[in-house]
Amino acid sequence: MSNEHSMRRVTAIRNGTVIDHIPQGQALTVLDMLGIDEKTSVPVSLVMNVPSKKMGSKDIIKVEDRELTQAELDRLALVAPDAHVAIIRAYTVAEKMIINLGDEVVNVVRCTMSNCITSNLREPLPHRLKVVSRDPLELRCHYCGRIQDLDELVKNVL
Amino acid sequence: MTGLITMDDLTNEEIIEILDDAEKLLPVAKGELYLPLLQGRILGNLFFEPSTRTRMSFETAMKRLGGDVVNLGDVKTSSVVKGETLFDTIQMVDGYTDIIAMRHPRQGAAQYAQDSARVPILNGGDGAGHHPTQTMLDLFTIRQAHGKLDGLKVILAGDLRYGRTVHSLSHALTRFNCELIFASPELLKMPSEIVSDLQSHGASIVETEDLYSMMNDADVVYMTRIQKERFSDEDEYAKVAGAYKLHAKHLADVKSGMIIMHPLPRVDEIHPSVDTTRHARYFEQAFNGVVARMALLCKLLGVTVPKDVKKAGGAL
Repeated sequence: MSNEHSMRRVTAIRNGTVIDHIPQGQALTVLDMLGIDEKTSVPVSLVMNVPSKKMGSKDIIKVEDRELTQAELDRLALVAPDAHVAIIRAYTVAEKMIINLGDEVVNVVRCTMSNCITSNLREPLPHRLKVVSRDPLELRCHYCGRIQDLDELVKNVL
Repeated sequence: MTGLITMDDLTNEEIIEILDDAEKLLPVAKGELYLPLLQGRILGNLFFEPSTRTRMSFETAMKRLGGDVVNLGDVKTSSVVKGETLFDTIQMVDGYTDIIAMRHPRQGAAQYAQDSARVPILNGGDGAGHHPTQTMLDLFTIRQAHGKLDGLKVILAGDLRYGRTVHSLSHALTRFNCELIFASPELLKMPSEIVSDLQSHGASIVETEDLYSMMNDADVVYMTRIQKERFSDEDEYAKVAGAYKLHAKHLADVKSGMIIMHPLPRVDEIHPSVDTTRHARYFEQAFNGVVARMALLCKLLGVTVPKDVKKAGGAL
């Protein structure tokens, strides 16, 4: 099944954001990290487990009338670092956004260790996680040194 | 080098240099010689958690070298109870002092302090995280007894889950190719991420609940207290309290040069009958906290310890 066919499983959107090449099974986590839930009023389409030449299987999300910000892209880097993000305006790709996981993830998520100094909300500190490994993704808190549990981490989005 | 937050801040060569400096400073630590290498310098002691040995030995170390100390004092009477952030406290003390020794209940607090301070921070314990100055005095004690650090067989026993001293020490011993045995109740095992980290650095590790059968060919037995204050559940504490009670009768077949260490305070994990055996080193270890911290203060303040301390120093 071609990629084009996969994309047509849901209708083309006029304006908004298409997130393609999400690792299979991660689409719901991506929605969580983007803060898209039952209170979201714009139309959201989600396709899971579609065949992909590159990935075997993948998930796709289309969010209408909303363009992802850089901060949201930074969050996406934690669960779908190789996803393709396209901003759609008037049914055409107006912009392709690059997800860039740098050497450090700053002010995106809070360390998962409950006794870390970062859990004191009054301290005026930047939340810093160092990227120890990209594949598989491994992040270490700059302060306490704890290697992060990625399943837990997605609940700590700032 | 800015401060000392974890043992990763020191290379093996720097560790040996500091231990050598500590060795030279022994007569000064004992009060046999006056050597005011740190005259005019001020240490800020910031202990947000109770401490006896670490705080007092930092203070003694600074004063033996002619320096002075200002203390945060009891947290209950400081601005901390008024809600002052650690950031603000550090900004203030940073202006008052030349170097800060700090203990804090939260992991990562020392790194956070170092990020915003101008002066070096010496981590005197951050939650269940690191305690590198304790590690330096432990290494000093081990080298003093065995004449070397490399290749020794070391048992770390007791609370390996919450014990920050054993976390820092196990990393350092791995760097000196020591063979490690972790003896603890299941509930207090060394955190798996630390074990994996040590193994990725080539550590040889055996994990067991049976301390006594492992002691006979060990060079060092490092006991730790089961820390009641780290348990939120009294029942959980009761399950593991008193897991090990080392008695002189357990030492019949150990190596003659084997040493028993403990960061103190002890509760009942080492019976007083051990105190008078040739193996007991915990009180010397506590004293070594002064000399190791003297060497660290000099190193972080950029002060060279003279080769011939006796020649450089004067009578008290």
